[in-house]
Amino acid sequence: MAAREEKGEDALVAEIEKKITETFEVFDRESNKTVDVREIGCIVRALGCFPTEAEVQKLLEQIEVEEPGGFVHLEHFLPVMTKVLLDKRFQPIPEDVILHAFEALDENKCGYITKDDLVKHLTQGGEPFTQEEMEDMLAVALDPETDILHYRDYRIKLVVDETKTFPFNG
Amino acid sequence: LTCITNSKKKNSHSDSTHPTAILIQKWYRFTMARLEMRRRYSLSIFQSIEYADEQDQLQVCDLPFFLFNYTAVNNTFLFAVAGNQGYRKLNCSPAKKFEKKIAVPDSYYGPRLSFPLTVEDANALLHAFRNEQLLHARYVLQLLSETRRVLKEMPNITHLSTSYSKEITVCGDLHGNLDDLLLIFYKNGLPSEQNPYVFNGDFVDRGKNSMEILIILFILGVGQEISEYILQDHWKQILSLLRDVFSWLPLATIIDSKVLILHGGISDTTDLDFLNALERNKVRDHIHVRVIFQHVAGKIQHISASGFTEPSGSNLPPDPALKEWKQILDILWSDPRSQNGCTPNKCRGGGCYFGPDVTAKLFERYNLKMLIRSHEFKPEGYEISHDGKVITIFSASNYYEEGSNRGAYIKLNPELTPRFVQYQVSKLTRRVGTIESSALKSLREKIYAHRSELISAFAQYDTNGTGRISVNDWAAAMESVLQLELPWRMLRSQLAQMNPDGEVDFMSCFYDLKMGQPIKEAQPALAETLCRYRKDLEIIFNIIDKDHSGLISLEEFSQTWRLFTSHLGIDIQDDSIDKLVLSIDYNKDGHIDFNEFLEAFHVVHRLEKKATS
Repeated sequence: MAAREEKGEDALVAEIEKKITETFEVFDRESNKTVDVREIGCIVRALGCFPTEAEVQKLLEQIEVEEPGGFVHLEHFLPVMTKVLLDKRFQPIPEDVILHAFEALDENKCGYITKDDLVKHLTQGGEPFTQEEMEDMLAVALDPETDILHYRDYRIKLVVDETKTFPFNG
Repeated sequence: LTCITNSKKKNSHSDSTHPTAILIQKWYRFTMARLEMRRRYSLSIFQSIEYADEQDQLQVCDLPFFLFNYTAVNNTFLFAVAGNQGYRKLNCSPAKKFEKKIAVPDSYYGPRLSFPLTVEDANALLHAFRNEQLLHARYVLQLLSETRRVLKEMPNITHLSTSYSKEITVCGDLHGNLDDLLLIFYKNGLPSEQNPYVFNGDFVDRGKNSMEILIILFILGVGQEISEYILQDHWKQILSLLRDVFSWLPLATIIDSKVLILHGGISDTTDLDFLNALERNKVRDHIHVRVIFQHVAGKIQHISASGFTEPSGSNLPPDPALKEWKQILDILWSDPRSQNGCTPNKCRGGGCYFGPDVTAKLFERYNLKMLIRSHEFKPEGYEISHDGKVITIFSASNYYEEGSNRGAYIKLNPELTPRFVQYQVSKLTRRVGTIESSALKSLREKIYAHRSELISAFAQYDTNGTGRISVNDWAAAMESVLQLELPWRMLRSQLAQMNPDGEVDFMSCFYDLKMGQPIKEAQPALAETLCRYRKDLEIIFNIIDKDHSGLISLEEFSQTWRLFTSHLGIDIQDDSIDKLVLSIDYNKDGHIDFNEFLEAFHVVHRLEKKATS
């Protein structure tokens, strides 16, 4: 019984390692099994995880970063990331939790958030957006004529897009 | 753990919405990362397919009746040129013979040029071009003629100095993107003695069958839509003159004896003195002959997937012209990589991959400081490699699709420190959905075109004949047939269906894929072959169609097709070609409109919206 379980686990690990390798290689510009350390957050998220920036930083502490240049080699990334996926860390946020988060920012409960409020909350609180991140989000999310975020619509739009093309989906 | 505790402490006495801020930020960053991944793999798809096509086109070169000159026009203007010598030199013997031979009618309302060209003429051309006005054939011929005269006087390797101007601007591949060029001129000013430019090759788009875009270069040669004012004669003259002009483009540029600019890269045998001494306009003739030998060897290598290598002495005659040809191929097709050494460039089928050690050796030999090259797509428009010694510059923004990438150019000051300027001509930035569907469309075409091979590869894994195989096996089969090095597991959900047990129903790859217009008489194998070689056929048809009428006779088509398939070793029955040909001649006048024919072999997915014509 134990042997069969082990074989099952081995197969699972092999599958996970293949997925990690494939995703890693998409970000591997020169096809030499290294990526820029700044892309690690992207890769972890591309694999379906929902870490905060702080959690990404912590993960990086476990991975050797080659200097100069700040590159991470696949062989160092693989074991760490495999464990993350096996342990099912950094689980996704359920839809309704996101919705509640937006509602919490909507103080008057009118179904939308103004641009100024959005900028204030997201560039000052939590793990603040950079200016570029804020601009990008505004460009996509705001109604251009009224400068207002109708958060129910935005949330749905992005979630739908994502689940439609969720790689590694069943 | 301390990290998180601290931030919690900080948040406790601030606005109570902060805990939710982090949720939104977390989720947003997740979404952006996923978009970025989709964008990256879409670009991977485009690039892999493009390189695979390039290799195919190189192979078509050695067909006996194939005019290499034609390929040169469409495929290999990979030369660097210094673009600032202009106005001063166009001061004597304007192309008077064209003035006598070709009259410009009064009804023509486009720009009228007089030689020698002045800044006003240049501005008039740009203005006309922006407003999509036509340029008369006579002016095109005169311009080309003058350009050739100027280029002939230039050496193979041009030397520029920064002491005459504050900065030199270097632009990379433009691929026929006129909008990018106009944007660059708008941001950076027109070329002049005080504002010199170097254009580093790939000016015109690959594979276009009509010379519709001639990019502004040299002085400010204008590219335009040339239609009603062109008589058949002029087309031929323009084409022939254009080929000649391109054969005279210099091979490289050196700035301040320190910065080398060339299109592709270098190899461990690159010899700048040799390159400077050869007769560059003659090389294309050499290449025509040499290609036959090299590509026989190359094709065998390609089939056995062991890469493109130097011919061994045994099956090829020793030839001094071979050195010329290899030197040029190396500078046009090579790509830098971070591993040391110099290995054959299997992606391109020509040139090599060169490492930092090759660069260092060349720099030491010629006392250089920097190498600027183009030839490779870069999402940010530029990339620095080999520890700052090699810069790749790519100036065609949105190259694969709207929003796919930025373009960039370099400003070099007298200290030779590069400054990069990036741009993107479209307002529709980051439209990942569009890029992705476009990439997947190309990929599905490839899948359709290799249907038979894929089915046999799948069958080998399907030992029980269930029609289902594991994801691993499916991915392995896809890669072994298509050889595109793509993330197949990631793409699987877009390409094939999986059952609840986690197995792939491999035939589902081909569901929903069909030809745009059903060809009733065609065997499936024939249709597949036509689909795969559509681009090559396009090239060949254009050669046959000497009068550019868009029509070829049934006889010409049959002959061509037979030659083509026998050359490639494809076994197609004669009568199926005849049936096919007859069914394509829609109006039964004995001629095929080959554009319509080629359109018929575009693969369409059931769910794709029909493009409104």
